[in-house]
Amino acid sequence: MTAAKQGRAKAPARRDENRDPVSLLRRMWVIRAFEEKVSALYAAREIVGLLHLGIGQEAVAVGVCGMLDADDLVYGGHRSHGHAIAKGADLNRLMAELAGRATGYCRGKGGSMHVVAAETGFVTASGVVGGTVPLALGAAFAAREKGVGRVAVVFFGDGAGQTGPFHESLNIASLWGLPVIFVCENNGYAEFTPLSAHTKVERLARHAETYGIPSATVDGNDILAVRKAMGRAVDNARAGKGPTFVECLTYRLRGHYEGDPGKYRELSQLADWKKKDPIARFTRVLKRRRAASAKDFEEAEGDARALVEAAAEFALASPWPEPEETGTQVWA
Amino acid sequence: MAELSYLEAIRSGLLAEMREDPSVYVFGEDVALGGPFGVTQGIAEELGGHRVVNTPISEGTVMGVAIGAALSGLRPVVEIMFVDFITLAMDQLVNHAAKLHYMSGGQLKVPLTVRVQCGVQGNMGAHHSQSLESWFLHVPGLKVVMPSNPADAESLMRNAIRDDNPVLFIEHRALYFSRAEVPEGGSGLAMDRASVLRPGTDVTVAALSKMVQPALEAAEALAGEGVSAEVIDLRCLVPLDIDTLVESVRKTSRLIVVHEAVEQGGIGAEVAALVQERALYYLDSPILRVAAPNAPVPCAPPLETFFVPDKERIMEAVRRSLASQPA
Ligand SMILES: Cc1ncc(C[n+]2csc(CCOP(=O)(O)OP(=O)(O)O)c2C)c(N)n1
Repeated sequence: MTAAKQGRAKAPARRDENRDPVSLLRRMWVIRAFEEKVSALYAAREIVGLLHLGIGQEAVAVGVCGMLDADDLVYGGHRSHGHAIAKGADLNRLMAELAGRATGYCRGKGGSMHVVAAETGFVTASGVVGGTVPLALGAAFAAREKGVGRVAVVFFGDGAGQTGPFHESLNIASLWGLPVIFVCENNGYAEFTPLSAHTKVERLARHAETYGIPSATVDGNDILAVRKAMGRAVDNARAGKGPTFVECLTYRLRGHYEGDPGKYRELSQLADWKKKDPIARFTRVLKRRRAASAKDFEEAEGDARALVEAAAEFALASPWPEPEETGTQVWA
Repeated sequence: MAELSYLEAIRSGLLAEMREDPSVYVFGEDVALGGPFGVTQGIAEELGGHRVVNTPISEGTVMGVAIGAALSGLRPVVEIMFVDFITLAMDQLVNHAAKLHYMSGGQLKVPLTVRVQCGVQGNMGAHHSQSLESWFLHVPGLKVVMPSNPADAESLMRNAIRDDNPVLFIEHRALYFSRAEVPEGGSGLAMDRASVLRPGTDVTVAALSKMVQPALEAAEALAGEGVSAEVIDLRCLVPLDIDTLVESVRKTSRLIVVHEAVEQGGIGAEVAALVQERALYYLDSPILRVAAPNAPVPCAPPLETFFVPDKERIMEAVRRSLASQPA
């Protein structure tokens, strides 16, 4: 596939805001604040359902989506609030969706594991592990055929790396040279089981090698490392050079789902990873580089919390969907 | 007699068979730790880790492995965490487990039990709430049971494992912590019998799994209105105990079938077809179904609540049935 067929002579400029490191920090804070609020609302029974939070994994979401254009397409999984936000989802509508309100992105029909924010290019989350990997290939296929120069990205966990569709997708993406980027958030656990009990292949990127796909394994709590790897992946995909596999080593700082007592992990492990918190870490980098002022740091967190408070207020003040809507929108 | 929760009763049945028969093995995601709900809790500790095998997230292949092991003399019990994910294992179940005995002219058998939980509970949305039992009715060679209470759950679990055919044992998540008396060592329940839980003369209400409870509550409330409803727990869908249903309908002349699965193509349709074949001239009104609307399961609380049939809807159907007279 040539770059010309892709419909763009060269990689387009990325959104300016993403070049500003403070904006990256702000975005990570928005995700953190959003999920902490979700957790609090869940504890207060204001939000119900089965919630999987990505607290601790924000550098992957923001690092990846920050390298994308607005019309690139992103697919997520069951732990995808952060992916949707990073792709530009409106906090009010996202919070309202989690709270089951009529003002939510999916009018309350989807919920936490099935968020769709189509207008932002966040196509869908999914409750089926591994289920969206082939869908992203389809997005990449369509983008190439239409010559629109889009890339498709799919986020999935290390657990998904054991599913059949994952392996079949790597093969097909490679074979057809599709502009798709596989982003594996290797957080070391699938539910309550460590990766070592699921596979002898410690680095999921090794699977990419098998299928002839270029790959990188990066520190997923280092947003700059994620961006660097993604930059290359996006450039390659847009230039018609096919898929890339980006494995981000990270850790979820919460349980598998809200309410999971997490007895299968050592507290010391958790403490070690807390020290590698991606937000605190990036803050230290910016401080060292004198890339932001004390006020910037304060505002990054403060503004994020204010936005999220407003989103929660919006969501909880929103009407419920009418029960009769249960049977609507089954057909297009 | 001991009082057990539905979840404990399933475990008790499973454990009893595993103690008696060293060829019974459990496969599933996180099962060694008990699984997400704790059904298999403690089994690995008692019987050894090799009997309770944690698997990667590879439902289709694990199902194939279990079928292969069943063909080689083991009696595997595979746990699929949510029935929604059984989609991934359908090929192995439908094309191999269900058919190998037949296709081999009886040379092979597949003594496999698939444990799976289903249904709406807790606003989990469209990928963790479905009731898909009727898919399996359409596959000759698979048995399907759906216990509604702890005693049936224990007994059916034991018999499912002993059965030489593949059996889908479908649990309902919302029943896990419901408690009732379970007879000691109970394995006497045949895998093909419905149970008449409440005798009545005016209308038959046939329900299954979690819908049995609202059916009983509706019958109780209707008794206050002078309506005598007979409540039947279908319990086993394949094979279906049509005799018990026909006998009841010949007495009551009216039938309502209640299930949580969507209405289209559900067990209600099969029951209606079979009953009219054998009891059409006994019927005084059309057979009615009380089921979920034909839609995916929505997440938001008011939608989810609306989705699931309840006591009121059953009572309303009974009243409609009683109001309709033969022309
Ligand atoms: C096909 C399928 N099987 C099982 C599950 C239950 N389940 C939900 S999340 C999960 C673990 C996923 O682990 P991973 O892919 O590493 O993602 P993480 O939760 O770590 O973000 C499992 C087994 C599921 N949702 N889908």
